[in-house]
Amino acid sequence: MEVMTVLRRRGFLVSAWPWRSLAYLVTSTISGALVLTVVAAVLLVGGTLASVLVGLPMLAALAFAGVPVAAFERWRLRLMDAEPVTDPHRAPDRPGVGGWLAVRVRESATWRELGFTILLATILWPLDLTIAAAGAAVPWALLTAWIPVLSGGRRGLWPGVAIHTPGQAIAALPAGIVLLAAGAYLVTVVAAGRAALTRRLLSPRPDEAALLLAEVTGSRARLVNAFEAERRRIERDLHDGAQQRLVAVATSLGLAMLDLPPGPAADHVAHAHREARKALVELRELIHGIHPQVLTQHGLGAAVQDAADRSPVPVALTWDITGRMPAAVEATGYFVVCEALANVARHSGADHAWITAAHTGDTLRLEIGDDGAGGADPSGGSGLTGLSDRLAVVGGTLALASPSGGPTLLRVEIPCPKPVPSVSSSPRTAP
Amino acid sequence: MPEARPLRVVLAEDGALMRDGLIAVLTRFGHEVVQAVADAPSLATAVETHEPDIVVTDVRMPPTLTDDGLRAAIALRERDPRLPVLVLSQYIEAASAGELLDSTDARAVGYLLKDRVIDVTDFADAVRQVAGGGTVIDPEVVRHLLTRRRDPLDRLTPREREVLALIAQGHSNTAIAQELTVSAAAVGKHINNILAKLDLPPDAEVHRRVLAVLTFLRS
Repeated sequence: MEVMTVLRRRGFLVSAWPWRSLAYLVTSTISGALVLTVVAAVLLVGGTLASVLVGLPMLAALAFAGVPVAAFERWRLRLMDAEPVTDPHRAPDRPGVGGWLAVRVRESATWRELGFTILLATILWPLDLTIAAAGAAVPWALLTAWIPVLSGGRRGLWPGVAIHTPGQAIAALPAGIVLLAAGAYLVTVVAAGRAALTRRLLSPRPDEAALLLAEVTGSRARLVNAFEAERRRIERDLHDGAQQRLVAVATSLGLAMLDLPPGPAADHVAHAHREARKALVELRELIHGIHPQVLTQHGLGAAVQDAADRSPVPVALTWDITGRMPAAVEATGYFVVCEALANVARHSGADHAWITAAHTGDTLRLEIGDDGAGGADPSGGSGLTGLSDRLAVVGGTLALASPSGGPTLLRVEIPCPKPVPSVSSSPRTAP
Repeated sequence: MPEARPLRVVLAEDGALMRDGLIAVLTRFGHEVVQAVADAPSLATAVETHEPDIVVTDVRMPPTLTDDGLRAAIALRERDPRLPVLVLSQYIEAASAGELLDSTDARAVGYLLKDRVIDVTDFADAVRQVAGGGTVIDPEVVRHLLTRRRDPLDRLTPREREVLALIAQGHSNTAIAQELTVSAAAVGKHINNILAKLDLPPDAEVHRRVLAVLTFLRS
């Protein structure tokens, strides 16, 4: 929050800011006092019981007191600041209290939060209380002084200072208004400072943020790998199950056709045989679409050659890589090539397409081009968004050049270690 | 083809249903499956024990469930280059076909899509051809390879490519003539053109046919 701009803004005094700031300080006071009470109670009880050992875990638990307090403070911060504060903690590696403790005790955030809690319980909340009282309670006392005065009483302001007469009460009104306005500024400035301090202490440090980001990327990669494994499993199941049974049925029908005399029965069997054959062709295509075995077995080069062979638009392939790359890279590369070739066939109207692949340094570079109409729009939902998403998981990037009138060139770069040599990883090329 | 003697077959296939189907077809056409095994190591042992007329093997088999069958077939051929081997694959893949052909002189070798067994008569013919020293390549492989446009196949006319594709599938001149509904003489002329365009040496025609197929597959 840019507190200075808010303060300079016209209409600040009638805006919600003074009230939000006041609420922030008041809730701080309440929660701070509560924390102090609880901590003091635990120290007292735990200290007393320390001799009988029960007290020691209680005292040890205090070390983690900062975690819930900080969580509440981060939540409370939303009163002052629209931008949420990220939780600096990692998710525990394993479930249960043990796993939670094991992770938390090693995190510097835990100890920062404990420090913040001590600060809150000792200094911050009394300070917040003082400011809230000075900024709001004093003007309030002045402005409402006439109520007790009218009924014959008095309004005490300070030990030995009080408003007794209606005249004093009326004089207190303008003073109260001026102090109220001043209090609004005071409360807001202090609350903003207090919020900034909280944000500074309780947000993730840069290294923690990087760790959290790495975790997100890692979990996304795990998800993609899980999908990939599942596809492989489905492919295997279909192959070992449905496809085998269908072949068995069709083979039996084929044998029956040999022995049946011509007639309606033979015709029916022949019909069934034809249908079973069609079903097998469809099933084979389906299985190939789910996860091509050629990719697992012979690597990206052979799989890309296979995809190029299937493309209705003739594809010239230049493959300058020997060896296998990590499974995730190969799967992503294959996905990219298939999507790109599908786009070429569907949208480009091209007569020729070409694919070049090279590995330099630690980058796999794939280029897919066509001599079609061009004008491919990355934002047009042409599957390019899906490509970028898929590439992001392996840290890859995508560049598209597709001027109207063509040609279209899609360049993809994926970070990838030097390919591991293998015997059958590259497609067969002309000598 | 004259009625030939029954073949003694060693079969390797890990799927029980598929194995039963293959045995049924082979038996129906008078062949004897001397042993049916379910993994690559057993295949080597079975071949050693039985010395069969032909080996029919699946590509994907235990122990690794990748291309153990293909590896076993290649190893068997290295030990005995005359052993006819018919490899069945669940899906078509030019790289595997090429590997198999490379490892041999492309004689007495076959690479077929597994599904082809359902056309029992064609399948039995293919077994017979491979056992007799012929080369059988699945039409699907051929179709794949035809989409690649490279020299020297570029010099062939579409009709000549068609004829070459049929040669690669192991058809005789007569069969090709029937398939394309042209005269046997016309087929002979096409074949001569193909051999000439592929710069194949004037040798025994059968051998040149094999070389033509190899050129085709290696292009």
